[in-house]
Amino acid sequence: MTASSKIRGKVFVLGDNIDTDQIIPAEYLNLVPTIPEEYEKLGSYALIGLPDGQGRFVPEGEAKTPYSIVLAGRNFGCGSSREHAPIALGAAGGKAVVAESYARIFFRNCVATGELYPVESPVRLVDEFQTGDEAEIDLDENAITNLRSGTRFELNALGDARPVIDAGGLFAYARETGMIPHSA
Amino acid sequence: MPMTMTEKILARASGRTEVGPGDNVWVNVDTLMTHDVCGPGTIGIFKREFGKNAKVWDPEKVVIIPDHYIFTSDDKCHRNVDILREFVREQGIPNYYDVGTKDYKGVCHVALAQEGHTRPGEVLFGTDSHTCMAGAFNQFATGIGNTDAAFILGTGKLLVKVPPTMRFDFDGEFPPYVMAKDVILHVIGDIGVAGATYKAMEFGGDAIKRLTMEERMTVCNMVIEGGGKNGVIDADETTFEYVRARTQKPFEPVVGDPGAAHVFAKRYDASTIEPTVARPHSPDNKARARELGDVRVTRAYIGSCTGGKITDFINAAEIMRGRRVAVDTFLVPATTEIAEGLRTEKVGGETLHAIFEAAGCKLSADASCAACLGGPKDTFGRINGPEVCISTTNRNFPGRMGSKEGQVYLASPYTVAASAVTGRITDPREFLQ
Ligand code: SF4
Repeated sequence: MTASSKIRGKVFVLGDNIDTDQIIPAEYLNLVPTIPEEYEKLGSYALIGLPDGQGRFVPEGEAKTPYSIVLAGRNFGCGSSREHAPIALGAAGGKAVVAESYARIFFRNCVATGELYPVESPVRLVDEFQTGDEAEIDLDENAITNLRSGTRFELNALGDARPVIDAGGLFAYARETGMIPHSA
Repeated sequence: MPMTMTEKILARASGRTEVGPGDNVWVNVDTLMTHDVCGPGTIGIFKREFGKNAKVWDPEKVVIIPDHYIFTSDDKCHRNVDILREFVREQGIPNYYDVGTKDYKGVCHVALAQEGHTRPGEVLFGTDSHTCMAGAFNQFATGIGNTDAAFILGTGKLLVKVPPTMRFDFDGEFPPYVMAKDVILHVIGDIGVAGATYKAMEFGGDAIKRLTMEERMTVCNMVIEGGGKNGVIDADETTFEYVRARTQKPFEPVVGDPGAAHVFAKRYDASTIEPTVARPHSPDNKARARELGDVRVTRAYIGSCTGGKITDFINAAEIMRGRRVAVDTFLVPATTEIAEGLRTEKVGGETLHAIFEAAGCKLSADASCAACLGGPKDTFGRINGPEVCISTTNRNFPGRMGSKEGQVYLASPYTVAASAVTGRITDPREFLQ
């Protein structure tokens, strides 16, 4: 295992049912994530589809986000199957999402790409954090701490998904575990 | 243990006699579909992971359908279709429906069905969330991302977690003014947009059996709007007739075992379903059309995989014939076959095309996804400002059809046509009785 079990950084707080059109609007789907410049571009547009007044995840004119953790309510990532969504969040510098629940395809795409950890929280956390709070997720201890208030909350274990993301996604994991041959 | 339809398909595809909810199984894939939005990224991962000269596991089983960003001047969109073309040539993929040729089809999910790629009992994955539509053909069909799709391209397999099944039965008969879209909007309103997350949604009962193939497709198309992994319906004569007219390939349907366990079951009296609308900005924000009579709309839209099939246009024409629309009304056939049908199919002796022209609709000459997902600024029918749109499409999230200032109400073709004529949300019974 190469990844560290702790993720520390600022949180960006969102509500329920954040769909993939809000994470990366369809007009940017002409960008192909495997082309490095377009991957970076996707990052700069992460969460640009949020309704006005919810603030910017990536500041205007910049490519990276100051927030490493997205904190949301229920059914995060619903809507389209676009892998561009977890990729945009990851390309912007996001490391983890903490939400009460996920839409299936988004969760699966996080794992398959290894872009970010989709962690489930058994309780509603969006009222316990404010955008800009410093927080620390401990993936071994399954907990998130709000470093501003000092409060610690339990998270659900990532289970089967953890080693795949630690490895860097489906292919890296499939090679590590011998499901597909090592060299391409 | 008795198994549901979904479990039986996955058991067969993974070479097991039995599977149950929660099992992780490697399934052999019968068909992988991709399109212009996710195809280039999928191909990029395939090459990166399996090597520049890698070959797909079975070119016959890959279907590539450009449909999303086709009729636009955007350069990157054209580049993306070029990437597909090059890949198809290099890999010898026969099932490619290229833009600008007679093979061009339009919206992938409808094209898959019309070209005979949806066959009972099989496993279909697609890089598009509405791939679940093919469950109407008694398939296991679901949407996946680029990385999973690239894995399939190289290996022909995917690791799938067997979902538990929810069962929805509709007894009796739907009233004549109720369409499949009302049925599924009603169900989504009941269970919520995450009500079926990780689960299969199985539909049955007399009223479902009476639905045409296209109406069943509308039902399964929107299981993803309830969070569902897949939707599935029994195969019967209606299914066989449709499929046999479109492919020679053999197939073997599955039947759910009596006594199979469902995690949820609900029976509906079909006669009580009413014209249903999903208000902005969520497909589960359910209301009856008749309750929304004071909502003024500024435009209407009939199109997409779920609402741009030939029967959808026939139904809209039943209402629009001899009438004029009061607001801008955009019509986009899902596929070229449907575009052709607009010129040949008739209602009351007039072609659909003539009816819509006389009504003052704006008819897209080209079949595609068009404004269903907004897309580049010059997309036909795209919402570019604070419009209030009533639409036969499947999603009404903020910004889905373009501008975040827009508001989208989802409804059946009957309700959309009736509302286009009056300029406010209108229960189609005002015209059909
Ligand atoms: S018509 Fe709409 S929902 Fe259907 S595939 Fe195209 S964009 Fe997706």
